[in-house]
Amino acid sequence: MAERPRLAVIGAGPAGLAAALAAAARGVHVTLVDSAAEPGGQFYRQPAPGLRARRPQALHHQWRTWERLRGGLDAHLAAGGVTHLSDHHVWCVERESAGLTVHALLGPDQERPAAVHADAVLLATGGYEKVLPFPGWTLPGVVTAGGAQAMLKGGLVLPGRRAVVAGSGPLLLPVATGLAAAGAEVAALVESADPKDFVRRTRALAAQPAKLAEGAGYAAALLRHRIPVRTRHTVVAAHGGERLEAVSVAALDAEGRPVPGTERRIACDTLAVGHGMLPHTDLAEGLGCRLDGPNVHVDDEQRTDVPGVWAAGEATGIGGAALSLAEGHIAGRSIAARLAGTEPDPRAWAPAARARTRTRAFFAALEGAYAPPARWAEQVTDGTLVCRCEEVTAGAVRRAVGELGAGDLRTVKLLTRAGMGWCQGRMCAPGVAGVAGCELAPGRRLLARPVPLGVLATQAADAPDEDTSAQ
Amino acid sequence: MTNRLCDVVVVGAGMVGAACALYAARAGLDVVVVDRGPVAGGTTGAGEGNLLVSDKELGPELELALLSGRLWTDLAEELGTAIEYEPKGGVVVSATSEGLTALTELAAAQRAAGVETVSVDSDRLRDLEPYLAPGLAGGVLYPQDAQVMPTLAAAHLLRASGARLETGRTVTGVLRGPDGAVRGVTTDRGDLYAPAVVNAAGTWGGEVAGLAGVHLPVLPRRGFVLVTEPLPRRVRHKVYAADYVADVASDSAALQTSPVVEGTAAGPVLIGASRERVGFDRSFSLPVIRALAAGATRLFPFLERVRAMRTYLGFRPYMPDHLPAVGPDPRVPGLFHACGHEGAGIGLATGTGHLIAQVLGGRAPDLDLAPFRPDRFAKEAAS
Amino acid sequence: MNPLDLARARPGTPFTLTFDERRIEALPGQTVAAALWSAGITSWRTTRDEGRPRGVFCGIGVCFDCLVTVDGRPNQRACLVPAESGAEIRTQEGTGHDG
Repeated sequence: MAERPRLAVIGAGPAGLAAALAAAARGVHVTLVDSAAEPGGQFYRQPAPGLRARRPQALHHQWRTWERLRGGLDAHLAAGGVTHLSDHHVWCVERESAGLTVHALLGPDQERPAAVHADAVLLATGGYEKVLPFPGWTLPGVVTAGGAQAMLKGGLVLPGRRAVVAGSGPLLLPVATGLAAAGAEVAALVESADPKDFVRRTRALAAQPAKLAEGAGYAAALLRHRIPVRTRHTVVAAHGGERLEAVSVAALDAEGRPVPGTERRIACDTLAVGHGMLPHTDLAEGLGCRLDGPNVHVDDEQRTDVPGVWAAGEATGIGGAALSLAEGHIAGRSIAARLAGTEPDPRAWAPAARARTRTRAFFAALEGAYAPPARWAEQVTDGTLVCRCEEVTAGAVRRAVGELGAGDLRTVKLLTRAGMGWCQGRMCAPGVAGVAGCELAPGRRLLARPVPLGVLATQAADAPDEDTSAQ
Repeated sequence: MTNRLCDVVVVGAGMVGAACALYAARAGLDVVVVDRGPVAGGTTGAGEGNLLVSDKELGPELELALLSGRLWTDLAEELGTAIEYEPKGGVVVSATSEGLTALTELAAAQRAAGVETVSVDSDRLRDLEPYLAPGLAGGVLYPQDAQVMPTLAAAHLLRASGARLETGRTVTGVLRGPDGAVRGVTTDRGDLYAPAVVNAAGTWGGEVAGLAGVHLPVLPRRGFVLVTEPLPRRVRHKVYAADYVADVASDSAALQTSPVVEGTAAGPVLIGASRERVGFDRSFSLPVIRALAAGATRLFPFLERVRAMRTYLGFRPYMPDHLPAVGPDPRVPGLFHACGHEGAGIGLATGTGHLIAQVLGGRAPDLDLAPFRPDRFAKEAAS
Repeated sequence: MNPLDLARARPGTPFTLTFDERRIEALPGQTVAAALWSAGITSWRTTRDEGRPRGVFCGIGVCFDCLVTVDGRPNQRACLVPAESGAEIRTQEGTGHDG
């Protein structure tokens, strides 16, 4: 095969797929490295093939976009322009004099290594859900809204029979309607945002008519499934012994505090809860890429400040699938031009750039409207665990700040172990920062996943294996 | 003096600053601790918390380590649980008979200087450490080696000192009187007046010395630590290979790694130790991490299937002769240094704080401070 | 309605595995977590300090709350690991490693 420039795309969600298609169409050999068994990412998570779902679109939105991506991918796979490495869990991207090496662990057990060498890397690592702590949130039966959706889309299972969907953000609507369509009784959709905040932002929101239509579609689905909607409400506690039995929901006042006397108990065996999304930036941080707040910093071409490394999708700022597609497309074209040694012409991707601008503005407006209750941290009792892994209470965090001189997330972690467990603070960092009253600083997780020491050790002596086996 | 705020300003809220504050306060002095970051925001928060005598060759550092060890034992009675003090002992092992000979000779010399050492034959090593690799030539047990959780130790010593803590406040200058004597420090949020200033700024101690117009060659020596998933107690002591002592004493700027493995009260196993002189470069280095993992799995083969969850790096405050600067600076009356402890700052903090408190109070120090003189390096900046 | 019918799934022949010696049925393609949920089981781990029950939280491999012991191997994420016929799933206590 002729020496074609090599691009490794990390993540096979909308951003990674759009980039892979754009780059492969322009002569770049793309290796699509993804942790899942099937491409699609979280948004287009597919039912496991063994389940033989003949109508997966019943669980999805914007299915035609998916069909276009899938069709394009299949064509490039057949032509050999794209190699898809599924079940590859990337733990580090290493920059060397000769290019970049993507280090991964294979399969669900993640014990054997694989490495992919490339001239350029696109980080399309997506995001994960932010959940703020409240009393009872560690009970079995309390799941993230995205987690309930992922288990439904991928495994065609429900967490229980009677669910409450709660928190804040645009994800709650599809989760509530999706659970209901799949047969769960959704006892309430509890959204802390105030509908008036959306009205105030109508101009930015109206600039995206497709999004508004999508919202209207959810409204109809909520009605059809008879899902009671409680806006400006919050879950103040989850109740149960060994598992979830009920939640308490209360109205919020203008300050974002629960209004005394409005508390109501709703029996349920499932609480699907989320307060927005956070980007996966671990690989970028290991490479030394600059961050803007929680997001990977990119320029107009989606380039990070590290040569050879691009980023697109949620990793550069939460904005949903449409924004991810636009960013991925731009990144793929930029990479193809740059690897060919030419200056890309931004006019070539002008429509995608316009979609990017519009969608970013839309999500900025949404983010302003969807916000957790301003005083949420006050509701976290001292006895509530904030770090689920290391079982660190809010009281311990408050003592670290008040009595031991902690002033930032890192010192809180060192003094309490909050964030030192298996998840490395991915789940608890927003909660700990809020309870501690300090800034949510990036975690600087230089190992993006737990890696067996034997894998690290054997690669000390040997050159990494070129992985070309899995297709 | 006008507007005297306190008796002494300690610059640096790491382990050494905390110990200086504690012993100075207990000597009756009124102390303010100031740091541009939070408590333990520098090297303290990136360390393993070693309290070691085993890795010290004969000389003033070993004497300081022995003094410090006694003081840690005393402190453990009041704060032991809070600071996760563990007198677990160290085991130094050698894979080769030549290495074991050198180790045994070092141990004999250390024993003569007051260190407890116990020679361990090859076939007894696994009684001490059941998961240790077979086939090692032998080792030495150092019962006095211990460990604390360094951030907790710094925070609790500061709290116990009762000193006023000014974190998030950057020292921008050292105030001097017409006679050249220290009058306090300037900060980004106002001046702090005191007749004595202790430079406990660790790796950044050279910068603080520079603010007072004196040269103190503290340089960063980068180290990485690997942290595993939580495990039941499988590594009982601090276990390291004999070549660690040589690496500690080495002057090379190039990367050196020698395996240092220890369990913690919280469950994870900590793996060190790498040394590189690369300035304040915070970038991740996969080759270093791999070398650490390779060394650790050679000592403890069971670790091959154990997962590393996290790695972090820090900068040891290195001085050209590997000895810290402890004591008054003859070039600037009222300025005291307590920095440059390289990788031993947690362990040596108590002795350092104790000696600083003695000289602050005008008393004779328990150890001769001559080897630690801050002006011992030839190059002088104009003061 | 149920999720299988909604997606018009025609899964292959169910198989059995055991959870703490109890036999449960699973479908080809399901993860361990999906199989356990289908059997009405929502917790399969107890925490190191308090011994509290945990199960799926994030569902996408990020939170590590769903750790479980599969065929003697501890600390497997139930939301990622496929269910296999005859697998022995066990509630994981503490670190999952023998003391």
